[in-house]
Amino acid sequence: MSFLDITHLEKSFGAVRVVKDFNLSVEKGEFISLLGPSGCGKTTVLRMVAGFEEPSSGAIRIGGTDVVGKRPNQRNIGMVFQAYALFPNLTVAGNVGFGLKIKGTPRAEIDARVAEMLALIGLPDLGGRYPFQLSGGQQQRVALARALAPKPQVLLLDEPLSALDAKVRVSLRNEIRAIQRDLGITTIFVTHDQEEALSISDRIVVMNGGVADQVGTPFEIYNRPNTRFVANFVGQLNVFRADAGGRIGGVEVGQGEYAARPESLHLGHAEGADIRLAATVAEVHFLGSVIRLGATVAGVDKGVALDIFNRPDAPPPQVGQKIDLSLSSRDLIRLQ
Amino acid sequence: MSVWARIAGWAALLFGLLYFIVPLGGLFEFSLKARRGVYSLDAYAKVIGDAEFQATFTYSVVMALVTIAVGVLIVVPTAFWVRLKMPWARPYVEFITLLPLVIPAIVIVFGYIRLYNTSSWLPMTGSVTGTNLLLAMGYTVLALPYMYRAVDTGLRTIDVATLTEAAQSLGAGWIGILGRVILPNVIPAVLSGAFLTFAIVIGEFTLAALLDRPAFGPYLQRIGANKPYEPFALSVIAFAITWACMGLIQLVTRFSKHSKAAR
Repeated sequence: MSFLDITHLEKSFGAVRVVKDFNLSVEKGEFISLLGPSGCGKTTVLRMVAGFEEPSSGAIRIGGTDVVGKRPNQRNIGMVFQAYALFPNLTVAGNVGFGLKIKGTPRAEIDARVAEMLALIGLPDLGGRYPFQLSGGQQQRVALARALAPKPQVLLLDEPLSALDAKVRVSLRNEIRAIQRDLGITTIFVTHDQEEALSISDRIVVMNGGVADQVGTPFEIYNRPNTRFVANFVGQLNVFRADAGGRIGGVEVGQGEYAARPESLHLGHAEGADIRLAATVAEVHFLGSVIRLGATVAGVDKGVALDIFNRPDAPPPQVGQKIDLSLSSRDLIRLQ
Repeated sequence: MSVWARIAGWAALLFGLLYFIVPLGGLFEFSLKARRGVYSLDAYAKVIGDAEFQATFTYSVVMALVTIAVGVLIVVPTAFWVRLKMPWARPYVEFITLLPLVIPAIVIVFGYIRLYNTSSWLPMTGSVTGTNLLLAMGYTVLALPYMYRAVDTGLRTIDVATLTEAAQSLGAGWIGILGRVILPNVIPAVLSGAFLTFAIVIGEFTLAALLDRPAFGPYLQRIGANKPYEPFALSVIAFAITWACMGLIQLVTRFSKHSKAAR
């Protein structure tokens, strides 16, 4: 049995089934991301684990104990919210020590733990400040410290980086991952940002319409998507339909639809790339170290996208330029 | 803005100020005329030295504090629960809290007397404590529109649902959430409601007179009917109390140390 076991979890709001037969096993110390578009049920799953929503049916076991029916304050779960949710009337130290105070921990112990937590999040000198005196990133760090201070069994992160600007998001997500590894705390992270999920998770649960479409490591989810939805949602995708003879670019692959990631396509004829396509450049997006090209290809409805590395000595192709593309048939993902 | 519009604005403001200040000035001036030919504070000295003034004022202050406590205990959890769990009930609760503004105090007190008289199933008017309790209940009802609105406005400035969930996830129960998270964050609003309640209770006449309690309102009326200068001094004192309450509301709101809290 895993440390956190969610079995046959269902949730309906009126006639609407928001979560359908959701199953997940999380090992102790694992970092799991629930990834999916808005309304896919990921936050509802998290809220059911936290105890803020009662499941319509199913079980949630933490450390072997079924917590369904237990109130949120009886579950020993730490939670970080998108909107920080720091208590405005309390200082940073007051916020971090709140959970311990509720537990009746002695003052000296609270002070020591608060100092430890503030050091952990890199804000050792800000204990006396009020939340409104902190930046968004600092507030979210404090929220993390507050959630961790009472030593919860499970840490739940509900889109904690969504309200932050891009640079802070990247640095904070790395910090969250480092702290999580350091403490070895079992963590569930909800996000709709695939890059976030891919970069920090041990495993990802891709959710669609209340169902877990695929559970796997970031490598598996990205490279071997089980469903068309997962393939489309995680990363960008080029979709090819094999012709009547089951061929793409003259190479026999079998009937059906196939996908290839932008990085699987090569400009020109690359070694080992057996499929060759003639294309016309339609868009050029300079992204810094990478340049993403959009190109039209005969027989491919929406065109294709491919990534090439930026080289200062070689400017990228121009819009309207004819180019040759190649890809290996082994890199094709068959869509189901 | 044109010059004429600006002049018209100032003229309107001046007219409004004169409309309020001239009668008050006249009142204050008359209250200083107790000694023939010179201005003096004799009327104020007499009033403040009057044992009945002290007794009735103290009684009303105590009743005001009880009313505030009862009001806070009823209104804060109600407004919190309505915001958190029953947002659909908000218009109904607002309507109920507005009723004391349209139902005269005399109707309320006659209802109380009919319901709680000595021959009823709960004879509260049969004892001093019971009647005091009844008066506090009446005051709480009269102050309800102000207290509820003040607290509700305060709750609007914080993210009640998320703060509640955050506190729950940290182990807090409902009493802990209300006492440690919600109430401290709406303290400026609660104090606004409390000062308004205080001002209402100090000057209230109908409930206290008909329940025959020794409150400040009936004392004001009695003095007004029998003495020449003292009622005017008392009126000035009553105004000063009300204004002090309003000033305190402003101060509390301005100096609330976490008033810039993010929503």
